[in-house]
Amino acid sequence: MTREITSDDVAALAAGAAIFGTGGGGAVTTSRFGTADALRKHGPVRLRTVAELTGQDMVIVMSGIGAPTVGIEMLPSAAQPETLLRETERAAGRRATAVMATEIGGTNGVGPVGWAAQLGLDVLDADGMGRAFPEATMVAMNVAGVPRRLTVLSDVVGNVTVMRTIDATWLERHVRAFSVASGSLCLGASPLYAEDVPGAVIEGTVGRAIEVGHAVLDAAEPVPALAETLGAAVLISGKIIDVARRTEGGFVRGSVTIAGTGTDRDRLLRVELQNENLIVLADGEVLVSVPDLITLVDSETGHAISTELLRFGQRVSVLAWSCDPLWRTERGLDIAGPRAFGYDIDYVPFDAGDPRWASAERGSEPGTAGAVQ
Amino acid sequence: MGIGRARQRAGHRGGGPVSGGTVDPGTPRPVQGDLRLGVDVGGTNTDAVVLDSSNAVIACTKQPTDDDVTGGIRAAIAAVLECLGERRHEVARVMLGTTHATNAIVGRRDLGRVAVIRLGAPAATGFPPLTGWPEELKAAVLAGSAVLPGGHMVDGMPISPLDPDAVREFLGGIDGPVDAVAVCGIFSTSFPEQETRVKEIAHAELGRDVPVSLSQDIGAIGLLERENATVLNAALYGIARKVTDALLTVVAEEGLTDASVYFAQNDGTLMALDFAVRYPVLTIGSGPANSIRGAAYLSGAENAIVVDVGGTTSDLGVVVGGFPRESTLPREIGGVRTNFRMPDILSIGVGGGTRVDPSTGRLGPDSVGHRLHTAALTFGGATATLTDAAVHTGRAGGASAEWSLTVERDMGRALESALVRAHEWLQDSVERLSHGKQDLPLVVVGGGGFLVPDDLPGAGTVLRPEHGDVANAVGAAMSLVGGRAQQIGTFEERDKAVAKASRAAVERAIEAGADPLKVAVIDIIESPVSYSTQHTIRVSAKAAGPLARLGSRTTTPAANP
Repeated sequence: MTREITSDDVAALAAGAAIFGTGGGGAVTTSRFGTADALRKHGPVRLRTVAELTGQDMVIVMSGIGAPTVGIEMLPSAAQPETLLRETERAAGRRATAVMATEIGGTNGVGPVGWAAQLGLDVLDADGMGRAFPEATMVAMNVAGVPRRLTVLSDVVGNVTVMRTIDATWLERHVRAFSVASGSLCLGASPLYAEDVPGAVIEGTVGRAIEVGHAVLDAAEPVPALAETLGAAVLISGKIIDVARRTEGGFVRGSVTIAGTGTDRDRLLRVELQNENLIVLADGEVLVSVPDLITLVDSETGHAISTELLRFGQRVSVLAWSCDPLWRTERGLDIAGPRAFGYDIDYVPFDAGDPRWASAERGSEPGTAGAVQ
Repeated sequence: MGIGRARQRAGHRGGGPVSGGTVDPGTPRPVQGDLRLGVDVGGTNTDAVVLDSSNAVIACTKQPTDDDVTGGIRAAIAAVLECLGERRHEVARVMLGTTHATNAIVGRRDLGRVAVIRLGAPAATGFPPLTGWPEELKAAVLAGSAVLPGGHMVDGMPISPLDPDAVREFLGGIDGPVDAVAVCGIFSTSFPEQETRVKEIAHAELGRDVPVSLSQDIGAIGLLERENATVLNAALYGIARKVTDALLTVVAEEGLTDASVYFAQNDGTLMALDFAVRYPVLTIGSGPANSIRGAAYLSGAENAIVVDVGGTTSDLGVVVGGFPRESTLPREIGGVRTNFRMPDILSIGVGGGTRVDPSTGRLGPDSVGHRLHTAALTFGGATATLTDAAVHTGRAGGASAEWSLTVERDMGRALESALVRAHEWLQDSVERLSHGKQDLPLVVVGGGGFLVPDDLPGAGTVLRPEHGDVANAVGAAMSLVGGRAQQIGTFEERDKAVAKASRAAVERAIEAGADPLKVAVIDIIESPVSYSTQHTIRVSAKAAGPLARLGSRTTTPAANP
């Protein structure tokens, strides 16, 4: 079914993208304003399904690359999406017809919708991760073995690099170098041909993010509504009793401990995190592991809380749900399983439908509602 | 707003000494000119106190806040000075915490028209200035905007060179009057020179009497939020001038011609008058900051949780080393997202007037507010409130202990369960703020303070300081002067980043009126920057110190925004 994304959908898209950010992906606020503005100015964009692509179509896969802390200060140039489109089409020798987000999780799930409006292109209802990941190698196209030999990078002042890399590992290395030279922030694009799309992207994620966002924004009891929409289990509702952070090998590593309240009283859960939430442990048992999705939300509002903003005493619910089957393949786990993040544990597939997670009452905590002024 | 205040106010409308105002003529006269007068403007009352050199409260008053705010300030100052009698001439400093700026933004009144210059093109051109502002506020404030060449990358590489001609051309081409200019450059918090240069150009183009607001002086990293705060600041120059003039007039009329005047900031520190004229936006949020700081001081605690229980809400905050803990979340003012430092306040719907559902005992969410003394069951009204719950269960201490209430069994049960809920909610909030430190004392102020039990689980010792009902004005009167600054740097150059941020914070504190010999860095926050290719940290330093000696007004930079 073809539908449109209008400026009225952007708040829900942003709230949903933050949920799929699994604690990372960067704050969605700035891209939310920019995207709503672009849709007002250029009109709605058409959301196209993968099935609606024809043999002639070329998808341009786009994202911002760099540190979100820098990204809130040095914002992109209005010219960058056009530069990327022009240079990608020139290098690929084909016209692009739709934009796909590399990463639905966080700010990168929101911005490409505005860029598509600006460029007069459709948005493909899919992305390359189905969540947020920290590296260029961690994309579905790479798991599926679709060669991504051409990448175009653009910085805020107008420098463009067209890279033809031999594989995703080298791509990651060169992207990092360009990103540093660009002041820790650049935009990237690569072409994806229609014939390569099936099986090499995570389908339906844009529409899903909007739907999930509506569950957060519109429901009277956001947490249960969110869990139902996502097909997620609420592992625990409680309060954060410890946040530990350390920096190892260029990554911020940490763990957060949640003590259950209400029906979860007397239970403890630990979430291991880097830029995203990666592992959930209880009594030494691995309950959830990357690439399955783990998001901590405010128990009252249902809004996602990023790893950087976790604080002692927050009332949170921990949601977990399964990743796309592509990530559960051997190659998918090699690229983005626990060991890819330095954890010496095996991936444990998470099943939100397991009866042990059945609990109707979690997520609603009467008496803890409180607004921060 | 506190319970009982309405009554007190009703009896003393029109100024003059009020109950709660105390003077002890028996104390020996201290050194001439050592008294400090603190004023805090709240939504309902304007409070004033006078502290002596040992920070003891020697006079206090509450006066109703009037519509133009200034009248309440005038009445409060007059009343508290009258309490002082002969000692009024010893008042050497007047500190004001006011809501003028907030009211102007929320009410879209008295705002100046601002020309907005962002430096950083071609970066940030996809996000025009004032993106996301409420339309009518934008219409009231925006004279014109331009995204011009300039700005820096995080590592100091210029994005593009500043183009002075483009600045002149933009300023010259604006239709209609320009009351002020706001300038915001990308990473100007680390590389401030371009903004300063634009200020010179603007003064040359528009005249020196058109004030220029620079983002480097206003906020932290986060371009749109800092720019928003800078534009608000520029729009507030007119009202700031009006308030400072009015306050100086009151001070002069009351014969305090030698007194220096200071304004309270949102972080619980003070700024000198000249500084307040240039940074009016920093006065927003000073009320909660003063309240937290004043309450903690009155209780003698350096580190504490403070709860101010009013008629409608309980406002909780944390004081660390004598200062309010700052929030990490962005704050909206009148619908505009900003990122400057504000106290971390948790506001919950537990107040003396909070309505109780007679059948279920559920709380609120609304409150009878200032009608408590006619609407509540205890006072012969028909509405069950949390005050009734406290009276019914015999938990209302202090002045309210004499109240009594007889109710039917079902109502009694509802009231009992409501109080349990209120206590649980308070407990949750205290735990949320205390970060699990059980030994932090809980300082209770406000007219509804009896709603907080002495044995609240999760809280340390409960302290109920004398004069807690004017804690906000006390906070204003006893504040230090401070400044904050930020830096982003690599881990390898961490020490350099800390030193640079510290130096900038100290400079800012001195500029705001702190004694250069006594100012010190009191807080450094380091946070790792996620997804950074190099190990990068963000450093935020805060410096504070006592006010410079009298006469400092002439040593601070001249009012020349």
